[in-house]
This record gives sequence, C-alpha cells and structure tokens, in this order.
Amino acid sequence: MNARTDDDLLQPSEATAGVNFAYLDERTKRMIRRAILKAVAIPGHQVPFGSREMPLPYGWGTGGIQVTAAILGRDDTLKVIDQGSDDTVNAVNIRRFFQRTAGVATTTRTPEASVIQTRHRIPETPLREGQVIVYQVPVPEPMQRLEPRETETRTLHALAEYGLMHVKLYEDIARHGHIATTYDYPVMVNGRYLMAPSPIPKFDNPKMHMNPALQLFGAGREKRIYAVPPYTTVESLAFDDHPFEVQRWDTPCALCGATDTFLDEVITDDKGGRLHVCSDSDHCQERQAAGHTGAGA
Amino acid sequence: MYVAVKGGETAILNSYRLLDRQRRGDTALAELSVDQIREQLKLAVDRVMTEGSVYDPELAALAIKQASGDLVEAIFLLRAYRATLPRLGTTLPIDTGRMQPERRISATFKDLPGGQLLGPTYDYTQRLLDFALLAEGGVNTPPAEGRAVSEPVPRVVDLLNHEGLIERREPPQGDPAPTDLTREPLRFPANRATRLQNLARGDEGFLLAMAYSTQRGYAHSHPFVGELRLGQVEVVVEPEELGFAVSIGDIEITECEMVNQFAGSKTEPPAFTRGYGLAFGHCERKAMAMSLVDRALRADELDEAVVSPAQDPEFVLSHSDSLEASGFVQHLKLPHYVDFQAELALVRQMRAEALAQPRLDEDTPA
Repeated sequence: MNARTDDDLLQPSEATAGVNFAYLDERTKRMIRRAILKAVAIPGHQVPFGSREMPLPYGWGTGGIQVTAAILGRDDTLKVIDQGSDDTVNAVNIRRFFQRTAGVATTTRTPEASVIQTRHRIPETPLREGQVIVYQVPVPEPMQRLEPRETETRTLHALAEYGLMHVKLYEDIARHGHIATTYDYPVMVNGRYLMAPSPIPKFDNPKMHMNPALQLFGAGREKRIYAVPPYTTVESLAFDDHPFEVQRWDTPCALCGATDTFLDEVITDDKGGRLHVCSDSDHCQERQAAGHTGAGA
Repeated sequence: MYVAVKGGETAILNSYRLLDRQRRGDTALAELSVDQIREQLKLAVDRVMTEGSVYDPELAALAIKQASGDLVEAIFLLRAYRATLPRLGTTLPIDTGRMQPERRISATFKDLPGGQLLGPTYDYTQRLLDFALLAEGGVNTPPAEGRAVSEPVPRVVDLLNHEGLIERREPPQGDPAPTDLTREPLRFPANRATRLQNLARGDEGFLLAMAYSTQRGYAHSHPFVGELRLGQVEVVVEPEELGFAVSIGDIEITECEMVNQFAGSKTEPPAFTRGYGLAFGHCERKAMAMSLVDRALRADELDEAVVSPAQDPEFVLSHSDSLEASGFVQHLKLPHYVDFQAELALVRQMRAEALAQPRLDEDTPA
C-alpha cells in the first residue's frame, strides 16, 4: 500500500494513454481514502462513499476495484482471486484491468502480494503484517435480509441492537438443530459492530480474527466501505450451547492431499464420479511443488 | 485425471472477437454508421442520453452501436465514460417556460394560451407495419403543414396558479445546491431534489411499471397530464470570474407536469398537487412515468398513508437504477463454487437428518 501523494495529483500515467494511474482520477481516490481511513478508525462500521460507475458492472467487484485503485501504488504487487483461484475469468479480468490501467506487478503467490483483492475466499496461506486484503462485497449490511430498510438498520447499528440476528440464528437451531448459514456468516468486530464478512465460507471466518494484515471491504453498488484493522477481534456469532463450527471434509484434496483446506467438489463424469480439490489454487500448487500429492494426482 | 481450470484470459480475448463478429453481422451489408444511428434511431439515442446522464447524441449513438442496440448496455457505457470526467461548472436552472415547443399538449384544458401542438408523436399512428419501409431508398415525406410556434408558450400550471388552485413550490430558503448523486451516495430520507435526480437516471421500464401500479390501486393517484412539452431550451452558465450569464447552447428536453387531486390536510386547503418529470430529448413515456412516481413518493410530505411500493422511497429509489439492478442480477453468472459447495454440504446434512427421523405416514391427512 504505497499510495501516491499530492505531488503526483493529476499526473498522467504512462500505462494507458488518457487514463489515470489505476483508472480513477486522483480526487476520487482521495475521497475513497478518506472513507477508508474512517472505516479503519471505526472497525466494522459501514462508511458511505461516492461510489463511481466503473467500467465493470456493479456486482462484479466494483467496490473492491475502487478500494484497490485508491490504495495501489507503483511498487505494489497485486494478486486477484475469485473463489480462491487466480484463474477464474472474473479474477483474470480484474487483474488485466489493473495491469492495463496501473501497470503494476501481479502475482498468484500469496506471500509475494502486497495487495490481494478477493471474492468469496481468504487465502489458505496466512497473511502477514504489511499486506492488505481487499474483499469484494455484494451486500454490506448483515441484516439486510432481515430488515431491508437502511434507515432501520442504521439505527440498529447505532444502538448496537443485534437481537434480530440472534433471533434468526436461534430460529435456525430451533428448526434444524444447528445454524443454517454457511457463508457470509455474521461476525462481531472489535466487540462493537455486527459485520458481513462478504460471502466467504464460514470456514474462512476464523482467519479474520486478529489477522496481522489490514482487511478492507468495498461494496460498489451499495456504496459502502468498511474495514478490520490488523490485530482486531472478529468473532463469529454463536451461542454457549451451540458454538461456532467450520466445515470439514471426509476426504483430503485429490491433488495435494491437504486435509485442512476448503475443498471444491468437482464432478468428473455423468456416473456420480466426484473429486475434492483445494479451492485455493495457489496454495494447492505450492504444496504440489513441494512434493505433496493426493489420490487423484 | 483432473486438471485445474486454466485459460481464462484466452477465453476472454476470444469472447471479445466473437462479440465483434456478432455485432458486425453479415459483412456483405454496409456497416451501420454512428451518424445513421444518431439521425435515424433518435428515440433510442434520447433514452441513452437521459439514463446515461450525458447530453451528447454522438456518444450515445456510439454507445448504441458498440452495445449492438442493447440500450441498458449503452447506458452503462455512457455512465462509465462520464464517471471520471471533471466537473467544469454548474449551469443556471433551465427555464422551460421559454421553450419553443415542437410538441405541447394538455389533457386538462381543451384550448389554452399557446394552443395544443401535436408535433411528432406515435400516439395517433395506426400501428400497422409499414412495408414501404422495407423497400430501400426511403420515402421523401413532404414537410408538415400548419403553423409553427415561434414564441414561448406559458406553462399550464402557471395558468392554474393564478387561481391558487395548484400548490406552489418555492425553492427552499437560500436555494441550496442539490446533492449530486453521481458524487454522493444516496441516503435516506432523501429530499425531493435528490429523488428527482434518481428518477431522472432511473430505468424507464422500472419507472413505467411503478407508475402503472399507482394507477391500479397501489397508491392513491388521480392524475391528469397538466402539460407535456417537447422542445429546445437554452443552457446558460454564469462563470464566477465573468459575473454575467453566457448561453452555451440549446438542448432538447421533454417535460411533464402531472396534476393530481389532493383533498387537503390539517394545514393545507384542498388543491391540486404536482408530480414532475424531465428527460433529455424526446422521452415521453419516461417523463410521464417519472412524474407519477414523483407524486407518489410525496405521500409522506402530503400526509397520505404510505401503503404501496411506489410510495416508498427506499423501495423505489434503491431499485430504479438499471446499472445497479442489471449488474447485480447478472452477477449471478459469476462463479459461486465456494458458496454452493458450502450450501451443498449443508443440504446433504439436513437431508441426512431428515431421513434419520421417524417419517410421518404419507397417508396422514395434513
């Protein structure tokens, strides 16, 4: 995160003629940085910002792209993942966008990246101090499905009145015997704000807790930015008699043999054949390069 | 053996090429020019300018060409273009009373100062396919007969104003600058200037359906078209360093003043209230729908019961933008493997639990 200073305000970029470095004009970046600073100062609180119409559609990562554009500097190394993988079309498309407009170095290796933009996953490789992870957020308001009115949810946040969500989880338990939320599982940040972690599987929720990296969240369509600063508590909601649990698989990754990662199920034929492979493609490839193999490799 | 999916970049580049070919169609036929679109698909161009929030027929025509005629996509292209343009200044409010109308109708009075002027409209065409247009070469239509209006005509609502029958809405104290929704996020409660800005950019189809719902009992609406006018108005700026106003050109607009019955409240005597619609170019359906929705959204202000979606600002304003709606609906095409995997595991678990429980006899009456 080596953001540019006022000195190079409005300086043209050489990467793409006619387009500023990282696409957004410097005044817009300033506005976004102010929102980010406020978000960092109030962990988990949603800060409204003047989201711009990006050349990619709303709902496809425009919030994350604007946050990344605002913090990206020339010396940064960018990694973009979607569903844990660097190779899915949307990840490729967003990476190309920043290659074209900012000309920054890109990588698929988690430890080498200074900025990681993600949709729906947190990398398996633990993040370190100095790294920034930018989440693409479709619905920033954790209670939107329970109360669609922003005027109402704003008041609930102001009063830290989160009974609505606790009742929803309780009703899950009453009906199913367990909490029936598997992704975008609500968390309490710094003991104060209820926050949507974005649609990551709840498997990834514990990684947010006391993470040494800065976690930024951008919701372009809903025009909100929020943040979890490094080493901040992030607790998944639970009850004393129904503690929070993450997903587990009976089988290891078919390619690298890992037993502690989030696995994607892949259908291999029309006769019910299935494989389970790591959703984090970089982590899986690194393990294979280090000599680990699975049953399907 | 399973190999992780690769090659996203090649696939994207190939899809660009396929899209180019699809757009061009049969190369034995002449390519459609941007000038042709601008001149011959005027109503499409006008809609794209209105919802794209840029008055530039050439760029709107380019966007339509690039989008293969998909107007929502063309609006997206224009919006993305305008997003990072610098703001050079603010114009003075346009004075639609000084418009030289090409079309001006009122449904409230048979005749009125300035007269009724039908102008170009599909309203009274008999919708029969005109097979003459199939033949190339075109038809030379003789110019329209009759008088041309060469002077401004008074607004109908101003005529009603003399009697005090229609509400007056003076600018608020100090006439504060409106929120710029392209720079500030929409917040609730939203004032009328903000609501109108949102509606002006809103999707025509959405506003049409919302407006229609107010006519079918989902709101208390008794509307009349006070006036609908189409014509050129002058755009004037007053740069601070000059200190006097300068005309920078004319734009074509459609304006609709919808007049609504109002039974009065504790503080206001019975009168007619107004709903307002404004669009770039010739966009009557949009301007009319906008004015109906604007009026419905004033329910709270006028002490009317808010019982229907069209009266609910959060419902209407949060869902009116075609970019937001189209983007989020279509994002479902993006991969969701991870979330689906999480749901798959949950549904399997729940099914296993359900099957393990003693089953209810299927013949048991419900």
